[in-house]
Amino acid sequence: MELLVIGLNHNTAPIEIRECLAFPKDKLEEALARVHALSSLKEDMIVSTCNRVEIYAATREIEKAIYDLKAFFSQYHGVSLKEFEKNLYAPVGEEAVRHIFRVASSLDSMVLGEPQILGQIKDAYDLSQQAKTSGLILHRLLHRAFHVAKRVRTETKIAISAVSVSSVAVELAEKIFGTLEKKTVLLIGAGEMCELAARHLVSGGAERILVTNRTYERAVSLAQEFKGEAVPFEDMTQGFKKADIVISATNSPQYLIGHDQITRVMKDRKQKPLFFIDIADPRDIEPTVGDVENVYLYNIDDLHKVANENIKDREKEAQKAETIVQDEVVKFVSWYRSLDVTPTIVALRQKFEEIRRKELEKTLSLHPDLSDKEKKSLEALTSAIINKILHTPITLLKQTNEEAMADLYLDALHTLFGLPEKSFETLLERLEEKEETHLEDAL
Amino acid sequence: MDILFFKLATFLYLLGTFAFLAYILFLRGALSKIAVAIVSAGFASHTLAIFSRYIEAGYTPVTNLYESLSFFAWMIIALLLIATFKYKVRVLGAFLTPMALILMLFALALPKEILPLAPVLNSFWHPFHVVFAFLGNAIFTLTFCFGVMYLIQEHQLKAKRMGAIAKRLPSLNLLDDLSYLSLKFGFPLLTLGIITGAVWAEYAWGRYWNWDPKETWSLITWLLYAALLHQRLTVGWRGRKAAMMAIVGFLAVLFTFFGVNLLLPGLHTYSKWGQ
Repeated sequence: MELLVIGLNHNTAPIEIRECLAFPKDKLEEALARVHALSSLKEDMIVSTCNRVEIYAATREIEKAIYDLKAFFSQYHGVSLKEFEKNLYAPVGEEAVRHIFRVASSLDSMVLGEPQILGQIKDAYDLSQQAKTSGLILHRLLHRAFHVAKRVRTETKIAISAVSVSSVAVELAEKIFGTLEKKTVLLIGAGEMCELAARHLVSGGAERILVTNRTYERAVSLAQEFKGEAVPFEDMTQGFKKADIVISATNSPQYLIGHDQITRVMKDRKQKPLFFIDIADPRDIEPTVGDVENVYLYNIDDLHKVANENIKDREKEAQKAETIVQDEVVKFVSWYRSLDVTPTIVALRQKFEEIRRKELEKTLSLHPDLSDKEKKSLEALTSAIINKILHTPITLLKQTNEEAMADLYLDALHTLFGLPEKSFETLLERLEEKEETHLEDAL
Repeated sequence: MDILFFKLATFLYLLGTFAFLAYILFLRGALSKIAVAIVSAGFASHTLAIFSRYIEAGYTPVTNLYESLSFFAWMIIALLLIATFKYKVRVLGAFLTPMALILMLFALALPKEILPLAPVLNSFWHPFHVVFAFLGNAIFTLTFCFGVMYLIQEHQLKAKRMGAIAKRLPSLNLLDDLSYLSLKFGFPLLTLGIITGAVWAEYAWGRYWNWDPKETWSLITWLLYAALLHQRLTVGWRGRKAAMMAIVGFLAVLFTFFGVNLLLPGLHTYSKWGQ
């Protein structure tokens, strides 16, 4: 059994391609079912965020799985493979484990150490559990990944300063206004992004929330959540006069807010500073708005840039985090290699034990006059012999991390001792019946 | 005696400058506390220097360039300490201490003998005139610093760079507030300085206003700050424009103080080099 990650992220693919291949939340379950239907995959889950689209899978046929998944991406999204193949990465085995651990610990994030990714992976994992597309291996892998993320968070300072984009926005607002107290925030758009950013500003001390949205009802309902006010979309300009911070995240295909409009607004505001945060894609605010005096305009990329500046000082912490990841990768890999050798070890032991028992019975039946003590001695002697014989090969098998070597040993053992083909799947079934999470005990 | 205290104060301001620079380099709170302690000690020594000179000379020691520079530096440090304790703008020391230090070093190079007071300066109004004018100018030095800090910080924000510099400077809002506040104190003091100067001029020279270069430049300075105050009050000027205007105003202050003394001959020449 081999682990596989296939996907692309902010480092390998531009936003247009990421958007093309992303799975909308409401279609995720159906997409997952289609992935799971691929015969080459045993276990699978899909992670789809605005910065990455990835499928995690356990498979027996690695080449075929990669081929199938690429074809799936292409068919599902109706995009030719040529368009995005160069943007894909597909780490396998140990590399896949490292990749997943790094993603979960936010070492692979656009904003190093940002906390949202862990939640997103947990959601993806939960969905795969509900849909029963993840099994023992992903189960174990993801639990380890969450453990690694926790270690990285508690043992390094990666997550400390900032670093989510929203907290950068709060930091900037504080550099402009000094404090967020008594400040008014205007949200344009009632989507999740707006809500998230607003929540950060409110916890930073912002006092009043105004919400405007094309659909007035949604503005009202979001405003209620913050005990704020809804502003009709046509009266947005009125909102600018009251607000100190404006967060815009609509789906509008063109600019909603223009340079001249804001110049006039600033006159009415008596030049009181105004901080615009444009998290929409495509942008809602004309970039030249940032040139207006006492107006500060940051879009999502600017916020990322600032967040990254904060992180430069923390290269060392990242190094520490990588060491933790490496540590855990080694542990996990040795566990999951042992999954491959365990059936053989069990079979080998059974074979020897069978021989021992048969021969012992024969001997005992030839010598019925033996005392109980003598019988026990014989029992102990024979057990000791097979344990001694098996000790070296079993230790060697367990310690072999290299898959090719392990396969070689396994083949040799099966051939030399005529072991039955006891498959990996039967082992998994046995384990899953017991609902076993602590595998070491079971083995 | 006064010279010894003066030299000690200069030395402590030098140490204080280093401590403040270390503070903005490493951003350790302890360093700023040490810096403030050193500068406070320097200020105490400086106060003793001025006071002992006052006792020795028998007049308020603001009669020549050495005394004026010393007095100016003393006021700046006094304001620095007030601003630091009241508004917690810790970086301000990194701007003002070196400025005071330069004034002190400049003064050190000048003749320092206590001379009998020129009859024209021996007036009830003269000390008032000088103290008001210097206090006003010292406050404008702060306005200037807040303006410079504002422009730097605003540039960082507009250029979307939130690095080492932005981290060390206070928020735009605080800088603008302090700039406005200092203007509100500085302007009346400058006005009083000019009025008391006119009154004194009437005694000394027989006329309220003589259009001597110092007077002319003081008037220009006054007009600049009056314009800034007016724009802030009525048009709602703030931020960048106000900061730039405060910088222009301060250039006029500097010229009135140094330029006129050194370049333009006039009635105020007793505060010229060594005379």
